Amino acid sequence: MELRRTPLYPMHLKYDGNMIDFGGWELPVEYKVTGIIEEHHQVRRQAGLFDVSHMGEVDIRGEQAEAFVQELVTNDISTLKENQVCYSPMCYPDGGCVDDLLVYKHSRDHFFLVINAANTDKDFAWMQEHKIPGVSLENVSDRYAELALQGPLAEGILQPLCDVDLSTIRYYWFRAGAKVAGIDCIISRTGYTGEDGFELYTAPDKACELWEAILEAGKGTVLPIGLGARDTLRFEAKMPLYGHELDRDITPLEARLDRFVRLDKSSFIGKEALARQKEKGPGRLLVEFEMTGRGIPRAHYEVQKNGQNIGWVTSGGYAPTLGKNLGLALIKSEYARPGVEIDIIIRNKTVKARTGKGLFYRRSK
Amino acid sequence: MEIKANLYYSDDHEWVRVEGDLAYIGITDYAQHHLGDIVFVELPERGSEYAAGDTIGVIESVKAVADMHTPVSGTITTVNEALEEAPESLNKDPYGQHIAVLKMSNPDELKKLMTSEQYAAYCEQAEE
Repeated sequence: MELRRTPLYPMHLKYDGNMIDFGGWELPVEYKVTGIIEEHHQVRRQAGLFDVSHMGEVDIRGEQAEAFVQELVTNDISTLKENQVCYSPMCYPDGGCVDDLLVYKHSRDHFFLVINAANTDKDFAWMQEHKIPGVSLENVSDRYAELALQGPLAEGILQPLCDVDLSTIRYYWFRAGAKVAGIDCIISRTGYTGEDGFELYTAPDKACELWEAILEAGKGTVLPIGLGARDTLRFEAKMPLYGHELDRDITPLEARLDRFVRLDKSSFIGKEALARQKEKGPGRLLVEFEMTGRGIPRAHYEVQKNGQNIGWVTSGGYAPTLGKNLGLALIKSEYARPGVEIDIIIRNKTVKARTGKGLFYRRSK
Repeated sequence: MEIKANLYYSDDHEWVRVEGDLAYIGITDYAQHHLGDIVFVELPERGSEYAAGDTIGVIESVKAVADMHTPVSGTITTVNEALEEAPESLNKDPYGQHIAVLKMSNPDELKKLMTSEQYAAYCEQAEE
């Protein structure tokens, strides 16, 4: 199958990206002059620019838009203000996840959902299937390019290009109809790196111009960053990734995302199943762990205790900023507490690890 | 990308440097480049015997896990233990950092490996 290209493809060639097949998209895993680890540090220490145009976007409009979104997602969006964003899982009736997403509230009758690239078609079909009167849905993924500028210097780099005061956009808030380098954008103070930063949604034909304007404005302090570092950054900050910590068969409660599952809402898809699971307590739970033996834990590796299978690694790897081999694992809940010695099966050998709490990266604010 | 003269090269992007009946084995610049940042090396045990093509260790980068093969048969005499603490030196100096040294049991196998010129052409082809 032919790979899809984002509007920023010419930039990846220009900046010498190492292009790979990323779920059907031709995107840079890293740029040849830097590499994943250097790009990772660049974002933690200064700033990095990502092409995340492969993400899907859905526009939801109509007088019943709010009621519709409220039914779709597990978080409570009724308290969301205009120009505010929230993160939420979206579940099946059995509590498994269709996806996790960002909900942008333009107004009571206009919401904008940002969903995972690989799930776009599935999510849109799911939304259509549950559509109610008074709502119109549109898959607008092809109408937006998305750039992410992330890192402690992001605001300082972006501000001179903007016609809005970025300090007035707080974390998980956004501004639509703003101009960045004269280009119409949605500026959102969100990200997937564990750093401060912005995500910019703009027209595909303006994406390259915006990319170049940001690199020029941040010359010396910003570099293009590939998807390899996007993954190490999100993982090190313990941010869940669909297909790993969340999935068709993993509920948000098992992934310990309880605060995004508002069982006090009157109704939403999956509520009954999740309420039952909450009451009983999930049989398996996500834990943090650190390798104590020599080895790198990778997604899907088996986890054992006393020679018995107790679960698997959902994400794992070398955390560049912390300099440790860390993992997240979904294991039987009786072992899912800090300080438990577990074995990770790496190439048919058991390697020791210990569960913990607060092992992952948190930026100092 | 650097390819050194006077080394033997395998299809799997390993190099062999011969000193008497000893074979120093490492990975090429091409290999380290394609793996990306190397963060873990699992070395073979001293005294282990291997046939040409066997997996003798593992090299892990941030994004990939790759088997390390030996291009020649023999017994491991020493390993480069420094790599356990500093795996990234394989990125910085792939030809200066061997993985292991084997006492060759069948030096004729060297004839099946590529010269630096042949390997250069091989890499060029692989890039296309």
